[in-house]
Amino acid sequence: MIALSDYLILGAILFCISVAGIFLNRRNVLILLMCIELMLLAVNMNFIAFSHFLGDATGQVFVFFVLTVAAAEAAIGLAILVVLFRSRRTIDVAELDTLKG
Amino acid sequence: MTFEKFLFYFFAAMVIFAGLMLITRRNPVHSALFLVLAFFNAAGLWMLMEAEFLAIALVLVYVGAVMVLFLFVVMMLDINVAEMKPGCFIKYLPVGILIALTMVVEMVMVVGPKHFGLDIYASPVPHAPGYSNTDELGSMLYTTYMYPFEIAAVILLVAIVAAIGLTLRRRPETKYQNPSKQVLVKRDDRLRVVKMPSESKMELK
Repeated sequence: MIALSDYLILGAILFCISVAGIFLNRRNVLILLMCIELMLLAVNMNFIAFSHFLGDATGQVFVFFVLTVAAAEAAIGLAILVVLFRSRRTIDVAELDTLKG
Repeated sequence: MTFEKFLFYFFAAMVIFAGLMLITRRNPVHSALFLVLAFFNAAGLWMLMEAEFLAIALVLVYVGAVMVLFLFVVMMLDINVAEMKPGCFIKYLPVGILIALTMVVEMVMVVGPKHFGLDIYASPVPHAPGYSNTDELGSMLYTTYMYPFEIAAVILLVAIVAAIGLTLRRRPETKYQNPSKQVLVKRDDRLRVVKMPSESKMELK
């Protein structure tokens, strides 16, 4: 049978893949946003695994709210990205340093 | 190996493969499509854990709405992929791998089979055939979690208003019609009757 630890380890691996993705993709804000989505997926995986193994549906309700907030975050993040691209013509993180002085 | 275990390893391997491909592609369109693959396989895993409603919601909301939004923005932004310098990827590759591996090892030490194995958390009994996950979630959402549920609705509304407010722009150089002004125009705004003395025959001489 599949143990709780299997799901938790899968969630941990997914989370670390997205952390590595944030380190590697400094050239592209879009891929950074996708990495954040992958991170939230890993967290949701843990919530559902605990909900399943403890027999408590509250974890699934929380995943529902995380999905809602993630959708709102993606919409606003992409809107900010579009405005940023209009004014700077780039989405390279290294070139977005106007406030650096 | 039982069929359930085979399904778990298959879906888990596909999710990890899709995640690795997502962070290594340079073209954002490929990344977005691999994220879709990851979401589909995660939905399969959630089905294995008897969270049917959330699995379907993940496919419908994430793949159907959020990822389409991502792809829409990727294609709207007109990014020149060839122009992006690849040096950054190689530069941060060692430190990225090092940090990711350290975090994986640390997390596995915490959440590994020693603390969360089958002997501590036994595999739960599957639900009876008539059980409805949607019913259970719905009854919890509309009773115990009514207030957070409404706050979530307000958050979505705020997101809509913010996204539209951020991206809306008026171009002064674009000419467009204003129908309400057109309808409200009176005769006096357009037409001017000028009084002039009419010519007489006497003046011609």
